[in-house]
Amino acid sequence: MIKAILIFNNHGKPQLSKFYQPYSEDTQQQIIRETFHLVSKRDENVCNFLEGGLLIGGSDNKLIYRHYATLYFVFCVDSSESELGILDLIQVFVETLDKCFENVCELDLIFHVDKVHNILAEMVMGGMVLETNMNEIVTQIDAQNKLEKSEAGLAGAPARAVSAVKNMNLPEIPRNINIGDISIKVPNLPSFK
Amino acid sequence: MALKMVKGSIDRMFDKNLQDLVRGIRNHKEDEAKYISQCIDEIKQELKQDNIAVKANAVCKLTYLQMLGYDISWAAFNIIEVMSASKFTFKRIGYLAASQSFHEGTDVIMLTTNQIRKDLSSPSQYDTGVALTGLSCFVTPDLARDLANDIMTLMSHTKPYIRKKAVLIMYKVFLKYPESLRPAFPRLKEKLEDPDPGVQSAAVNVICELARRNPKNYLSLAPLFFKLMTSSTNNWVLIKIIKLFGALTPLEPRLGKKLIEPLTNLIHSTSAMSLLYECVNTVIAVLISLSSGMPNHSASIQLCVQKLRILIEDSDQNLKYLGLLAMSKILKTHPKSVQSHKDLILQCLDDKDESIRLRALDLLYGMVSKKNLMEIVKKLMTHVDKAEGTTYRDELLTKIIDICSQSNYQYITNFEWYISILVELTRLEGTRHGHLIAAQMLDVAIRVKAIRKFAVSQMSALLDSAHLLASSTQRNGICEVLYAAAWICGEFSEHLQEPHHTLEAMLRPRVTTLPGHIQAVYVQNVVKLYASILQQKEQAGEAEGAQAVTQLMVDRLPQFVQSADLEVQERASCILQLVKHIQKLQAKDVPVAEEVSALFAGELNPVAPKAQKKVPVPEGLDLDAWINEPLSDSESEDERPRAVFHEEEQRRPKHRPSEADEEELARRREARKQEQANNPFYIKSSPSPQKRYQDTPGVEHIPVVQIDLSVPLKVPGLPMSDQYVKLEEERRHRQKLEKDKRRKKRKEKEKKGKRRHSSLPTESDEDIAPAQQVDIVTEEMPENALPSDEDDKDPNDPYRALDIDLDKPLADSEKLPIQKHRNTETSKSPEKDVPMVEKKSKKPKKKEKKHKEKERDKEKRKEKEKKAEDLDFWLSTTPPPAPAPAPVPSTDECEDAKTEAQGEEDDAEGQDQDKKSPKPKKKKHRKEKEERTKGKKKSKKQPPGSEEAAGEPVQNGAPEEEQLPPESSYSLLAENSYVKMTCDIRGSLQEDSQVTVAIVLENRSSSILKGMELSVLDSLNARMARPQGSSVHDGVPVPFQLPPGVSNEAQYVFTIQSIVMAQKLKGTLSFIAKNDEGATHEKLDFRLHFSCSSYLITTPCYSDAFAKLLESGDLSMSSVKVDGIRMSFQNLLAKICFHHHFSVVERVDSCASMYSRSIQGHHVCLLVKKGENSVSVDGKCSDSTLLSNLLEEMKATLAKC
Repeated sequence: MIKAILIFNNHGKPQLSKFYQPYSEDTQQQIIRETFHLVSKRDENVCNFLEGGLLIGGSDNKLIYRHYATLYFVFCVDSSESELGILDLIQVFVETLDKCFENVCELDLIFHVDKVHNILAEMVMGGMVLETNMNEIVTQIDAQNKLEKSEAGLAGAPARAVSAVKNMNLPEIPRNINIGDISIKVPNLPSFK
Repeated sequence: MALKMVKGSIDRMFDKNLQDLVRGIRNHKEDEAKYISQCIDEIKQELKQDNIAVKANAVCKLTYLQMLGYDISWAAFNIIEVMSASKFTFKRIGYLAASQSFHEGTDVIMLTTNQIRKDLSSPSQYDTGVALTGLSCFVTPDLARDLANDIMTLMSHTKPYIRKKAVLIMYKVFLKYPESLRPAFPRLKEKLEDPDPGVQSAAVNVICELARRNPKNYLSLAPLFFKLMTSSTNNWVLIKIIKLFGALTPLEPRLGKKLIEPLTNLIHSTSAMSLLYECVNTVIAVLISLSSGMPNHSASIQLCVQKLRILIEDSDQNLKYLGLLAMSKILKTHPKSVQSHKDLILQCLDDKDESIRLRALDLLYGMVSKKNLMEIVKKLMTHVDKAEGTTYRDELLTKIIDICSQSNYQYITNFEWYISILVELTRLEGTRHGHLIAAQMLDVAIRVKAIRKFAVSQMSALLDSAHLLASSTQRNGICEVLYAAAWICGEFSEHLQEPHHTLEAMLRPRVTTLPGHIQAVYVQNVVKLYASILQQKEQAGEAEGAQAVTQLMVDRLPQFVQSADLEVQERASCILQLVKHIQKLQAKDVPVAEEVSALFAGELNPVAPKAQKKVPVPEGLDLDAWINEPLSDSESEDERPRAVFHEEEQRRPKHRPSEADEEELARRREARKQEQANNPFYIKSSPSPQKRYQDTPGVEHIPVVQIDLSVPLKVPGLPMSDQYVKLEEERRHRQKLEKDKRRKKRKEKEKKGKRRHSSLPTESDEDIAPAQQVDIVTEEMPENALPSDEDDKDPNDPYRALDIDLDKPLADSEKLPIQKHRNTETSKSPEKDVPMVEKKSKKPKKKEKKHKEKERDKEKRKEKEKKAEDLDFWLSTTPPPAPAPAPVPSTDECEDAKTEAQGEEDDAEGQDQDKKSPKPKKKKHRKEKEERTKGKKKSKKQPPGSEEAAGEPVQNGAPEEEQLPPESSYSLLAENSYVKMTCDIRGSLQEDSQVTVAIVLENRSSSILKGMELSVLDSLNARMARPQGSSVHDGVPVPFQLPPGVSNEAQYVFTIQSIVMAQKLKGTLSFIAKNDEGATHEKLDFRLHFSCSSYLITTPCYSDAFAKLLESGDLSMSSVKVDGIRMSFQNLLAKICFHHHFSVVERVDSCASMYSRSIQGHHVCLLVKKGENSVSVDGKCSDSTLLSNLLEEMKATLAKC
């Protein structure tokens, strides 16, 4: 079982949190903070597994994480999951994000956390792995997006226009800020289907 | 229509959407909390609109805020509204918000049942999908019961997308509603062979998860899984199956034999490391299960170890880590094959990666021998010195102790060395394992008699040194060793060199800063010391010296008498009186030493930790029967000193009848005495029960203390364990030389003797003679102790409920509750409502239980036999893993299942008919009852009723999770014989300077209360918000009536001008009490107290923002200090959070920073520090008056702690 999936940046600011066990908001924040503390002080070239934090889970649980550019992707899992399998799953997740957002970067996740949730929901459900095939995931996401667009139809157009204008006028235009793209190519993993 | 829609969306486009919110938060880094609270206000406005798109947008934003730590439970109802939108776009937003914020405690969750059912049967697969996904996160037992059947149907949906989701969610349903497992299992098994690989994978996933917890019920699936394993190409599925086999093999060794070959093949052939690793893991599990008597598997072990070595040597740290992890599993059964890789593992100890070092440490446990123990521990000690983080250091500490104490100190050759290691470990500051070290010290000193003299000298040095006392604030800190030190010095005081000096050290005033349980031991052992000093002095004829010691005791003991700890106080005052009495006797020149030391005569023997539990229950004694019928529920637990030595010993059944009468008390006291008599670690104040130990002196043999001359007898100061390593080496060298000499002699004698005998250059473990002849006293066990060890299972394991025999055929009563469509025949069969179904399905179960049991026994036997035959047949077939026999049992079962299912349906119909025809009267009656209870529930639940709470926030996002102390924020306002008023005052986020007062009115009389009106006298500073047009003197009506015994809540808003001071408002509640005899007008006066804390709103704050706030310098400062606080820091913080609406920003040890914000935007920052018995609170706030008032209030709260 996967107990929680967290994404936060190098400063510990959460970009996505998904808990598959109920915790209060305060505990969730504590877990995020604790996990960040554990993960962020580790060097780049050490192993990606960590014996769990105190808050989440206990001895049976492990943190499995990957660090891409400015973001940490952390999965907290129990012993029924294969460690290397989960590492691959994180890879699949990031690659899927890359496909859906077209060259994903941190800002995509910051501004579209709802979409990230939707993508995640096609991969992991209630803490169990639902689908590992990237093409299948992307197909489902595309179909849902299409459905969404057709629903918005006429009524959605003005809203989209306004949001485009808003994006134009604001001083902070996402793409201008130079945050390194999430590097996706990770060579050291043998292919895994 | 279209125009209206466009208009709606034009209105809407100027609302903030999620992106705007995120952008806004990023642009308001300085006042993020304020900005967010503004946004929340906007969201609240948006939620009030009718346009579903606006609502969805608001909920979407709330989901984001939830991630940032804001409680959004107040919007639960709005979330449900959005969930029920017809458009997929909104529905998805709603379900996402629900999955992030709903949990079992969310009360509106029961409103979702029908909506979810509708979505599950929606024609659009994405509606169904999104409902399943959401449900998987917040399914409750009720939802699981009501929806199990609908989900079951979805498992055979035409679309694989739905099928796989339905299969996966079944696991969650099983967890919440275990009764559904058996009816659903046949279909789940079917899905293992689904044509779609995704569905198949999901089914494997679920069954593996189930089987992991209760493997034995799934053994019969082994052939099916075996077939899958040999045919599947999906690595995910393979890994899961292989992991499952790892869990199954311990139950069925023959399965292991069958597995080894295909697994070995996979190991050789696969290129995927993850698969390889899991294969190795399962092979290891197989080998462990086969460990007895299969010699020809050494090749497999070699293969595994060899592959693991490759992993460990890999440059990829992940593989290295996993290699070590798997290696530690082999270690348990085949330590020899791991030991040959010692070099590699020691190398990993120096790895820069902490995770890898920890894994290597685990392995070290199996690597030690008598020969290398000292060397390895020395290495670890250097690591201890170098370690940066306390967690890693603590881990090292426990490992050192584990390694040394393993299998009854098997590998320790020199206990003086071990004691000095322990003493060295006490220099670690900030460790959490003080009690571990203490336990070891006690254990060694008690069980190794020869070491006592040395131990006592070391312990007295510890007592004398100051550094341990200094760290006494931490829980479980290093000061725990003083517990052991004091006890050892007291108990074995005859070995002390300078008892008088030690006595003085133990009576120092600073001792009173230690935790209570340690002080208690101090007090008790001071007397033991005193007794032995008295004896010495009297024997030497120094009467004056003896009197001086007594005087010292009389002078110093009062400091313990004043202790706030009950145990310390009690012991100290008792002993003080005793010593005073002795003093009197001494003044008359009466020799007292004999009598005083008789208090502590006898010897304490170690008792095994589980001894108590294993005392057999005498025949005819029923421990579960009540002695007296219980009077009340209140539990009284015996207070006893917390046992440092072994804690799990005294777990007694917790539920005891509360005090009944004197007789009962006396009996219980007697029982306790008995219990204590059997517990040598209970330090007694009376000598009598001890005597029997005295009668059997030297239970085994008296230890021969062979003092090694190379060890100095008296070690000045604290020893360095290193010296022992050298000494040990020398000693061994000498021994070796001697042996060699002897050997040579022998050789010369039998020159042509057997070569093999003498050609062993290395000495084996057994050759090393221990430095001291030690006698490790075995722990005592009660006579005829039961050899059982079954008590390791956790009774609270949620997975226990899923331990269900799946092979047994389904009984009628086990079918899932089926929800019928109401619209077909609503009027005819109202009892098909949810609760009725529940009753139906539950009732027969109880009735049939006995009957079922009998049947079950029969069937079980039959089924088991059949199953066993099938499995045996499969297992006994010779290797070529031909799946030929495999499907036989499975198809068989499928058919069984099908016929059963049919049978069920028939039965279901039959039951339905049953329901319809007979006993219409009873039905009606039941229905009525139900309605009544429903009605009651409703009125009690006090939903944010539309009339009363129209414009008010129900709960302003104030997280109330931290209710550690079981308290309510509602305080008593006023009461009389008719009505009781309690109230809670909360700041309102919505509007500056407003507070919401929630008043709960409880009708305690037998009359109905109506026409209730609340009138409050406004002050200059505080005004009640009244309906428009009403004057200041009018009362405000309470929007409900109260039938007898019912309570309900009404909320009122007050506007406050200045919030820096607390204030009180007078008010009156007037009402009409009406009963059978008539109606009377009644009144109740009350005083509303607005404390400064009630103007605060719990607002989370990040530590960086907090630091900036403090640095800004425009806050004024003030502080208070409260003494005599015994409460744990955690609870203390919880109390402050709860009563004063603060949130913890950061907590370090016994120091925490907290933050809150007033409704008018004052920042309040606190620094709470816990000292020994006191708490100091430093506050900073933008308003000094507010701060000082707040601190006063806090002081009052803390003083109650």
